[in-house]
Amino acid sequence: MKAVGIILSNIHDKDIPELTSIRSIASVPFGGRYRLIDFALSNMVNSGITTVGIVTKSNYQSLMDHVGSGKEWDLVRKNGGLFILPPFSDNQDNLYQTRLQALSGIMNFLQRCEQDYVVIADSNMVCNIDLNDVMDKHEEQKADITCIYKEMVLTGDEGYKISAVKTDVDGRVVDISTASPMKDVKVKSVINMWVFNRPLLINLIRETLSRTSDADFDLDMVGRNIDKCKIVGYAFEGYFAWITSLAKYFRHNMDLLKKDVRDELFNQKHKYIYTKIKDSAPTSYRSEAKVKNSFIADGCVIDGVVENSVIFRGVTIGRGSVVKNCILMQDSVVMDNVSLNCVIADKNVLIKHGRNLSGCESLPFFINKNSII
Amino acid sequence: MLTKKECVAMLLAGGQGSRLYALTNQVAKPAVEFGAKNRIIDFPLSNCTNSGIDTVGVLTQYQPLVLNEYIGNGQPWDLDRVYGGVHILPPYQGKKKSNWYKGTANAIYQNLAFIERYEPDYVLILSGDHIYKMDYDAMLRAHEQKNADCTIAVLTVPMEDASRFGIMSMDGNDRITEFAEKPKQPKSNQASMGIYIFSFDVLKQYLTDDENDPESSNDFGKDIIPKMLADGKKMYGYHFEGYWKDVGTIKSLWEANMDLLGEKPKFDIFDTKQKIYARKVGDPPQFVGDNADIQNSIIGSGAEIDGTVINSVISGGVKIEKGAIVRDSVIFSNVVIKENAIVEMSIIDEYAEIGRRAVVGARGGENDITVIARNEKIADKTVIPAGEMYDTISGGAK
Repeated sequence: MKAVGIILSNIHDKDIPELTSIRSIASVPFGGRYRLIDFALSNMVNSGITTVGIVTKSNYQSLMDHVGSGKEWDLVRKNGGLFILPPFSDNQDNLYQTRLQALSGIMNFLQRCEQDYVVIADSNMVCNIDLNDVMDKHEEQKADITCIYKEMVLTGDEGYKISAVKTDVDGRVVDISTASPMKDVKVKSVINMWVFNRPLLINLIRETLSRTSDADFDLDMVGRNIDKCKIVGYAFEGYFAWITSLAKYFRHNMDLLKKDVRDELFNQKHKYIYTKIKDSAPTSYRSEAKVKNSFIADGCVIDGVVENSVIFRGVTIGRGSVVKNCILMQDSVVMDNVSLNCVIADKNVLIKHGRNLSGCESLPFFINKNSII
Repeated sequence: MLTKKECVAMLLAGGQGSRLYALTNQVAKPAVEFGAKNRIIDFPLSNCTNSGIDTVGVLTQYQPLVLNEYIGNGQPWDLDRVYGGVHILPPYQGKKKSNWYKGTANAIYQNLAFIERYEPDYVLILSGDHIYKMDYDAMLRAHEQKNADCTIAVLTVPMEDASRFGIMSMDGNDRITEFAEKPKQPKSNQASMGIYIFSFDVLKQYLTDDENDPESSNDFGKDIIPKMLADGKKMYGYHFEGYWKDVGTIKSLWEANMDLLGEKPKFDIFDTKQKIYARKVGDPPQFVGDNADIQNSIIGSGAEIDGTVINSVISGGVKIEKGAIVRDSVIFSNVVIKENAIVEMSIIDEYAEIGRRAVVGARGGENDITVIARNEKIADKTVIPAGEMYDTISGGAK
């Protein structure tokens, strides 16, 4: 195969401390049965990439538990397959801080691969992208680097710096800049998915880090080589969700209640999103169940009212309870006569009889893993 | 790891299942769907894994395509093993002769070489058409303890049903004194579940003798068991308490599915300690729409429900559109039930499509279950009366 995939699993851990204090961003549960990394991983596998390295840093027990040997993604291979790449450092206190340092830490892996291209992706995004098309265009245009971008109108509350590119009529990247987002500005936002020619990537990483050890991937490595390398842009037109805050986590889970989003993400033939199989029983709707407009995974037992919610595997909702606009993660139990609105319950939460909890869409009420309320 | 195996399981999955009519026209009975997520064969395979048996031969013969693909390398049941694991054993051509499997005993006889490779002390014989959860290891320990030649799992059945089973009489020590295959006048209500453990050397001897007997029908229930009993071999019953159902008929298949429903289902598949595994790939969670009304039903992953579903078992990938009503029915995977269609007391096989305002089946006696075969398309406003086997591929006759 012509490309090797690299997924950065820890880069955005600080964005959603509620969810990442106990796990990496890559293993944040999403959409009823998935973890965020399932999207990047499945996108790569669906595009015929059979060697994928996951670069880890900290708190990656849940991630390793989730991906396991990689069999659910068909990545148990004699040639290639799944590689977990823990941090490499000669100094325990000096783990990588930047994207470039992370990549520099897997230099051996990058050198040992024989593929022509490297596809790099973050794990804080939800999309179903055809990377084959990206690589075909990369080859057609004889590009050195392809930058995948998404044209978006910024809302100003992104809460993080955005890298944006400018392209010429041929689609070549002529400028890349990073700024705090402003409201109502339309930009070609870099979504941190790249295709590099592998030998070039290795050289660029070395070169850039030899000058500044904390150099920036976008500005210093890509930006300073715009004239030297052929960098082309690839506009991704499909659904794209960036999970960068708890409010966005909430909003993008709720996006799954829209048919077009579900169809694009989950119902495209040969472009499924794979995840760890749990062999749960089917979901059981009891006699008092009243469920509307909800996305519900297997193994649940529902005997209450559920509306506009995303319910993960193995959740129990008791009789007389009303659950609206909620995200209830795996194995949570809502006992009888409970009322929940705009609540995000992390895994294995127990909400006892008669409790009444409510948040709002911009500030969902969050309950920590294993809490008893 | 590479030592001999204490026990090898042999799963008889070659029967046609002719009493399931249209449901088994294109697939073998063990590959028929059950309970929103599974196929029938998931039950014996998962029982093996949950009982610590890691070497299973699956004997296939009739319409094996879907079954073979489904079992694959056995990974979903944890049966992809370096040594052992699941093996599909179709009939084969030998140097001197080639035979279809003539009967259950002959099927095992033809695969003695497979069993011998693992040098087992015991062989467990299973069927591919029963729904139950069972710890075979407990049965194996009982067999060992009694130093038996053969142990047969026994279930107490209602007296009026006894003539449908192999019926045993046992002494106070559970030693079998009499065995009658489907007797007209049953002497007890102790029925064979079609689950046998044999000490391998004894089994080998009897299978070889049976093969050399031209009068034999090469069947465990009709030939091997009576012969061993007549020879005074040590044969014991092993009492099983729990849910067990032979799903060999349309009615019993429907009933077994209905047994999964209710506050306290007769058969509990929700217990997470004894999971029933299945091969499933890529299905998203299910979506329940604004117009949905779901009561007392179980639904598999990837289904999209916007209609009314009552007392039903709905498999993955099924679409039930707005205004459609599904009641007391079993819907297999990837079926589409269009707007305002009504489906009652029916089993709808995989990939079938029920048109708008079509009416399939009717509420009434349990003997009038309507069946729509795989891939059938029922046109808009068509009425399929209760009890019909709708199957244009093989003629539509019941």
